[in-house]
Amino acid sequence: MSGVRRHYSLMLLAAVLLLLPLVLPNNFYYDIVIRMAINAIIALGLNLLIGFAGQISLGHAGFIGIGAYASAILPTHFGWHPLLAMAAGAAIASSIAAILARPIFRLKGQYLAMATLGMGIIIAIVIKNEAAYTGGPDGMPVAPIGLMGFEIAGEKQWYWVLAATLLFSFWAAKNLIDSPFGRALRALHGSEVAAQVMGVDIVRYKVAIFVLSAFFASLMGSVTAHYIGFVTPNIADFFHSIELVTMVVIGGMASIYGSLIGAVLLTALPQALSTFEGWETVVFGSILMTCMIFMPKGLVPTLAARFGRNGREDP
Amino acid sequence: MALLEVDNLSKAFGGVKAVQDVSFAVERGLVYSVIGPNGAGKTTLFNLITGIYTPSEGDIRLEGQSIAGIAPHALALKGMARTFQNLQVCMNMTALENVMVGAHLQLDRNLVKAMLRFPGLARRDRELRDEARELMRFVGLESYWNLGASSMPYGALKRLEIARALAAKPQILFLDEPAAGLNSRETAEIDELVRKVADNNVTVVLVEHDMKMVMNISDRILVLDYGKKLTEGTAREVRENPDVIAAYLGSNV
Repeated sequence: MSGVRRHYSLMLLAAVLLLLPLVLPNNFYYDIVIRMAINAIIALGLNLLIGFAGQISLGHAGFIGIGAYASAILPTHFGWHPLLAMAAGAAIASSIAAILARPIFRLKGQYLAMATLGMGIIIAIVIKNEAAYTGGPDGMPVAPIGLMGFEIAGEKQWYWVLAATLLFSFWAAKNLIDSPFGRALRALHGSEVAAQVMGVDIVRYKVAIFVLSAFFASLMGSVTAHYIGFVTPNIADFFHSIELVTMVVIGGMASIYGSLIGAVLLTALPQALSTFEGWETVVFGSILMTCMIFMPKGLVPTLAARFGRNGREDP
Repeated sequence: MALLEVDNLSKAFGGVKAVQDVSFAVERGLVYSVIGPNGAGKTTLFNLITGIYTPSEGDIRLEGQSIAGIAPHALALKGMARTFQNLQVCMNMTALENVMVGAHLQLDRNLVKAMLRFPGLARRDRELRDEARELMRFVGLESYWNLGASSMPYGALKRLEIARALAAKPQILFLDEPAAGLNSRETAEIDELVRKVADNNVTVVLVEHDMKMVMNISDRILVLDYGKKLTEGTAREVRENPDVIAAYLGSNV
C-alpha cells in the first residue's frame, strides 16, 4: 500500500465526518451516528484480533463492561476524577486480558471461543451481583466527564469527540497493520509455524493484540457510560459480544473499513427496521444470513474484489 | 569447529523411531544434502534441528552451543532459517509482505511506535520494502511482487519461501524439498538458485528427492534409511556405495 493511498482513505473518512453534521437533521440522528462511531472503534479493535491475528473472542463485551462500570463506580463511590477512572478501567481490563491470555491462547478454534465466552459471562455476572457498587440489574447513573471546568455534554459535542477518536483509531490501526508488529500478527494467522520459524514469538503477539483490543473496548465502555449517563449490566452481556463479532464478520474480517461498515450497518439496521413492528428481529436475521451466504468474506472485501483490486482489499 | 553438529540424535513417536542415533556435522559454507527413500526420516530430522520437534535423545549444536529443544522463534535469532516441504506461505498477505516477515527480527517491533508510525520505523519499513523487492528479484519473482500470495502458482510459492528465509539473513538455511512437485525446467532453476545462495556465504542444508539435483550441487551427502544413517560422503562416494544402491533399488544379494 503506497503512502498516498494511505492518506486518501483517511482523508475521505475525515471529509465524511466533517460534512456529516450538515445533513444530520436533529439529535436523534446525532445519537445514532455517535453509537455507530463507538461500535466502529470497538469493532476495529476486535477485528485486529479476529480478522488480522485470526483469534476469536466471544467475551469482549466484558471488557466494555469493565470500562463502563469503572467510569460509573470510581467517581460516584470514591470521588475519582472521571478521566482517572477511565484510565483505571482500561488498566484493569488490560490486566485481566493479560493474565487470562497466556492460558487462553494455548487454545484454538472452538476451545478458544468457549474460554473467552466464559470470561465474558463471568464479568457480566460479577457486575450483576455486586449490587452494592453497581446497582445490580437496575444499573446506575454515571457522572458527566470534563476537563478543566469544560464538560462534554449534548450530542453535538460528543459527536466531535467521537469523530476525532474514530479518525485517530483508523489511522493508528492502519499504521499498525502496515508495521513489523502488524505483519507478524498477520503472519501467525497465515501460518503459525512459518511465523515462528521467522522469529515471531507467537504467544506474545496473541497476548499483545488481545490486551490492546481489551484496552480499547474498555475505553469505549467508559465513553459509552459517560455519553449515555447511565449504565446497566446489558453492556457487558453475551449478546453484546456477539453483536460486535457480527459487525466484524459482516463488514469483513481483516478489513479496517469493514469494521466501520459493519458497525454502521448493524447500528442503523435495527432503527431502520423498526417499521416492521415485532418482526424486526426476523428481518434483521434474514439480512445477516443473506449477507453471509452471498458474501462470506464480508461486505468490504467482497465489493473490493468485485471492483477489481486483485481480490485483495487494501487493509 | 563445524557450524552445525548433530550427535546421536533420536526421535520416537510412540513406538515409531523416526530418527535413530543420527550423527553428522556440516562445515560452514557447504551445500549439505540429506537424502533417503520415502519415510526415511529426513523431514523429521529437519524438524528436530529447526526446533519444531524436541529430540528424544541426543544433542544438536550450532557454533558449539547446544540448541536441542529450543523454540523455533529463538533459533531464528541464532541465524537459522528454513523452508517447508508442504508450503507454509501466509496466503493472507502479499508476496512482498511475506518476504518482509522474514526480516522480522531485524526490525523495531514496538506496538506503540507502530501505531503512531514513528519516523524511524516508517523509514526502516520503506527501506525493507526495497530490500524485499531486491530479494524477490534474486529468486526470480520480480513480476509477482505486488500480488497476493494466494494468487501465485505453486512453483513461485516455493521460491517465495526461499526469498522469505533469505530475508532473515541466515547463516544456515534449511531447504525441505525445494524442488518437490516442480518440472525439470523449474528444478534446474532451483538448482541454480541454491548455488547462488551458497555463493553468498550461506550454508545450505537440503532435503531433496531429485537425485540429479542433489548430485550436482551437494558438497556432501547424508543418506538416511529407516531413520538411521546409512552413509555420508561426497556425491561420488555415495553414488558408489553398495548400501545406498540397495536401499534405493532393492538388493538381490
